[in-house]
Amino acid sequence: MQLCFHCGDSCDTQTIVFEEKSFCCNGCKTVYEIFSTNDLDYYYDLENTPGISPELTDGKFDYLENPDIVAKLLEFDEGSTSVVNFLVPSMHCSSCIWVLENLSRLISAIKSSLVNFPEKTIRITFSSENISLKELVILLSRIGYEPNISLEDFSKKPKHIDRSLIYKLGVAGFAFGNVMFLSFPEYFEVNEFWLERFKHLFRWLMFAFSLPVVFYSGSGYFISAYKGLQSKILNIDVPIALGIATLFIRSTIDIVFDWGSGFFDSLNGLVFFLLLGKFFQQKTYAFLSFERDYKSYFPMAVTRINRKGIYQPVEEEQVQIYDLKQGDHILIRNEEIIPADCILLKGDALIDYSFVTGEAIPVIKESGEKIYAGGRQKTGSIEVEVIKVVEQSYLTQLWSNEVFSKEGKGRFQNLTNSISKHFTIAVLSIAIITTIIWLYLDPSKAFNVFTAVLIVACPCAIALAAPFTLGNLLRIFGRNKLYLKEAQTIERLAAVDTVIFDKTGTLTTHHKNTITYNGIALSAEEELLLNSTLRASNHPLSRSLYEMLHAEQILTLDEFEEKVGKGIQASYKGQDIKVGSYTYVSDREAGKGPEKDLNRTEVHITSNDEYKGYYLFQNSYRKGIDEIFENLSATHRLAVLSGDNEGEKEYLTTRLPESVSLHFNHKPDDKLVFVKRLQQNGHKVMMIGDGLNDAGALAQSDVGLVISEDINVFSPACDGILDASRFKDITRFLKLSSKGISIIKWSFLLSLLYNLIGLGFAVTGHLEPVVAAILMPLSSISIVVFTTIFTQVVSRKLNAKIKS
Amino acid sequence: MSIIYMLLAISVCVAIVFFIAFIVSVRKGQYDDTYTPSVRMLFEDELLDISETETDDPSDNKPINLNQK
Repeated sequence: MQLCFHCGDSCDTQTIVFEEKSFCCNGCKTVYEIFSTNDLDYYYDLENTPGISPELTDGKFDYLENPDIVAKLLEFDEGSTSVVNFLVPSMHCSSCIWVLENLSRLISAIKSSLVNFPEKTIRITFSSENISLKELVILLSRIGYEPNISLEDFSKKPKHIDRSLIYKLGVAGFAFGNVMFLSFPEYFEVNEFWLERFKHLFRWLMFAFSLPVVFYSGSGYFISAYKGLQSKILNIDVPIALGIATLFIRSTIDIVFDWGSGFFDSLNGLVFFLLLGKFFQQKTYAFLSFERDYKSYFPMAVTRINRKGIYQPVEEEQVQIYDLKQGDHILIRNEEIIPADCILLKGDALIDYSFVTGEAIPVIKESGEKIYAGGRQKTGSIEVEVIKVVEQSYLTQLWSNEVFSKEGKGRFQNLTNSISKHFTIAVLSIAIITTIIWLYLDPSKAFNVFTAVLIVACPCAIALAAPFTLGNLLRIFGRNKLYLKEAQTIERLAAVDTVIFDKTGTLTTHHKNTITYNGIALSAEEELLLNSTLRASNHPLSRSLYEMLHAEQILTLDEFEEKVGKGIQASYKGQDIKVGSYTYVSDREAGKGPEKDLNRTEVHITSNDEYKGYYLFQNSYRKGIDEIFENLSATHRLAVLSGDNEGEKEYLTTRLPESVSLHFNHKPDDKLVFVKRLQQNGHKVMMIGDGLNDAGALAQSDVGLVISEDINVFSPACDGILDASRFKDITRFLKLSSKGISIIKWSFLLSLLYNLIGLGFAVTGHLEPVVAAILMPLSSISIVVFTTIFTQVVSRKLNAKIKS
Repeated sequence: MSIIYMLLAISVCVAIVFFIAFIVSVRKGQYDDTYTPSVRMLFEDELLDISETETDDPSDNKPINLNQK
């Protein structure tokens, strides 16, 4: 089979040959033409078939003519120079970077363009006199890189990147290195003449280097410890802050009274390693957003139709969505999203709600019916009247629930903090008891022993165990296409005992239906006629049926008629065919004839008024769901929570294990309440969903996971995004998370061992600075090595999959 | 041996200069995107190559028609 030279798809429906290269569609060919006439052929040398087939609907970007909207989008606009930053989800390879950075060769009005690949953004500087923003966007779309412009861009704030951790780490690393140099001489040559002269200078220099480390780099630990104490929680930062403070005060006293060189190297090393752990834990997937709400799904503007009078010509105007008022008439084109609750006025409405409510099959609406916001129009243009403004519509009201205003999922008590409580109490009691004993034995040493205990007991290694284990797992998960928002999610994942699945889009795939035929077999002629009839129709059901049948020959029909919401009728050389709902094809009134389940999707066929049979459309389930449910049902409570009707209930009952509870007809709010009720009964809930209708449940659950077939397209706010191709590995991810928790527990043991050795030195009054300087980095490094090796070992099964 | 004061001062100054250079580069956003530059640097030769062979008259290079369907 021929592969398209541009996009690499197989050219099975049609092949266009141009300059001895084959293309799958005219769009691909046009892109090639544009590139080759502008000397951008190198695009195809960099990577094989790098292209994206362009999809452009007329009038889609008309709203960019509105100067208000343009002003909102432009980042900089002065004189003739404008700067705009676009999100281009379709960029995926080095060819894309190359061509996007060479846009100026296509049109000279573009001055420069700069790609940020991890974020999938492009920053274009162009001369607004020679090219308008609309033309620019259309140009990008025509070469396959359509920018994503949504309602979210409307309220875009200047991006603030928090780089404080890098600064803190830089300061600590800089000071650590210098202090190491300065403290070294005293470890080896204690009574040398020159050293005696210089050591005071060295010590005060070390003190100077430590100041910014304690007061800037380490400030986070003091703040967090203070906040913890305020809310009466002994978090891990309490003993750490205590350790840092003790190290600093003891060392300063040491050098002031000339008792010794102090522990400045240990102090700087401690802060540096702790921050390194924090830095490692912060793995971000810049191209993904885990915070999206309906705003990034909705368009920025719509076409409003203004009628001054009945006999006046119709006037079209592009308006921002927020400017829509009740009573406005708006135009919704094919494949556009309905931005507000409306009433249908004109046109054939076929609305796909699968993303919003979970209904798998598009719904037909007739004039005068209510259309809820969020649906996608599937056939042609319609005219609707707005009855509720955007913020008050049925769908967007979900976001007024308090779940969405809560800051994170803070109620989770992580493992490190739960151990830290016992740890802190133990350390403090050891310190006090040994001090009391030393007060009897040798009061002059009591202060030294007290501070020494606090110094060696500083839980550096414990604080590093979780960040490095979770950070490693986070990266391993990412390589396996499960992208988590933060490392903490893994700990919550391990605690989950109830898993809830959404049906439409999660258990089922979005694109494919399983179609089966029931009835009298069609003759070859009838089949040919059926194919030709289906081809002429734009209804999604006809289109998917046509794709399945793989027609080879197409007839030119003598007669063709489509009745929206009912069916189609066609004839060829005296042969008649009717395709559609049962009542339509059989000319009978509803309720009569063969028994019919209203919840099933069927397409009936009659040929020359003789009933033949029907095609049954069923959701096609993802591969591996049997396996997942079987494996998970042993360890977790499972449920299916769907917004769809009960049409698939019978089938699911037979397919899934008995222990799985099935719930249908759940509205977005109901889903949220369902999860909440389970949590109130003490369950830790993981919600696996995909669409806007799951958004509430995803936010409420302990872990909200979104299944996505294309991670670049919109997905609602969640804790993690899982690529649909790895859906069947969910059990593995869950298992791996609990194994990660065991690794953390083992590292706690290991680091406690180091603490015990250190305490041995401390309580006997032998803690020399050099001992602390060896013990502290040694324990930290061995924890890092230990966790890295073991996370790799436990995840080798998953990793083996990537290689194969 | 008092040269050690001088040496110390120099070494600390050099260290501080590099430290400031690091802070400045972070602030300018050099570490925000660590991937694209690694790909971009491989293009440079190609760009030069084209601009040398290109005809001098840019108007010869017909700009694409935006309204073309």
